[in-house]
Amino acid sequence: MKINSNDLILKTMTSIIAFILLGFSIYLFFAGHNAPGGGFIGGLMTSAAIVLMNMAYGQEGMKSSLPINFRFLFKLGLLIALATGMGSFLFNEPFLSQTFAYFQLPVLGRTELATALLFDLGVYLTVIGITMTIILSIAEDHKEELSE
Amino acid sequence: MENALNVTRTIMEISTQVAIAGVGISIFMLLYRVIKGPTNPDRAVALDVMGITLMALAGLVTILLVTTKLNDVVLLIGILLFIGTIALAKFIEKGVIIERDNH
Repeated sequence: MKINSNDLILKTMTSIIAFILLGFSIYLFFAGHNAPGGGFIGGLMTSAAIVLMNMAYGQEGMKSSLPINFRFLFKLGLLIALATGMGSFLFNEPFLSQTFAYFQLPVLGRTELATALLFDLGVYLTVIGITMTIILSIAEDHKEELSE
Repeated sequence: MENALNVTRTIMEISTQVAIAGVGISIFMLLYRVIKGPTNPDRAVALDVMGITLMALAGLVTILLVTTKLNDVVLLIGILLFIGTIALAKFIEKGVIIERDNH
């Protein structure tokens, strides 16, 4: 049932709010070391932004404007998490050891960079991939079955 | 001087508790509308306002516990509520939440 719809307010609001959501998710991702947040909730917020864009523009419109294969994304995330665990073997340390150091960055000044951030990046990509795979697989309804 | 500080703290605590009681009463009145509401849009709007009162409750608990760690939670509830309400509204209007093609 497709009626001729006019979603002007929803589409205009989405193009503004999706950027706020993405910014908030990146804030949550980087705040996870010293404040509430982290890879899991950051990934959930990012996928909430993508779901919002899907609801406003439809699945076909998003497939052309955001051409990401989410099934590839969670494999990449798991590989990154595994690689950061294996990376500690290079320094003769046990599996999943972590360390941190202070660096003088150009804009941010003296910043603490931890290797746990790389593991968190893997969690982030995995959560986005799995959430979007589940939601988009459910949203693809029975039309394929009819065409077979 | 220290006496004034204590008085202010007591007033703050009492007014926060009164506000929590008010928000709690309004949540129960909204719950009545969710259960009783004659049509589905009534229930959707009542759930939306219930989420907003939940945001207020999180903010008040933040004041009561004297912490800033719950500020993200308030923003998070607002975002999830917005997306959930849009999904409900699209489902009530069109029967489909994510359309497969735009033409």
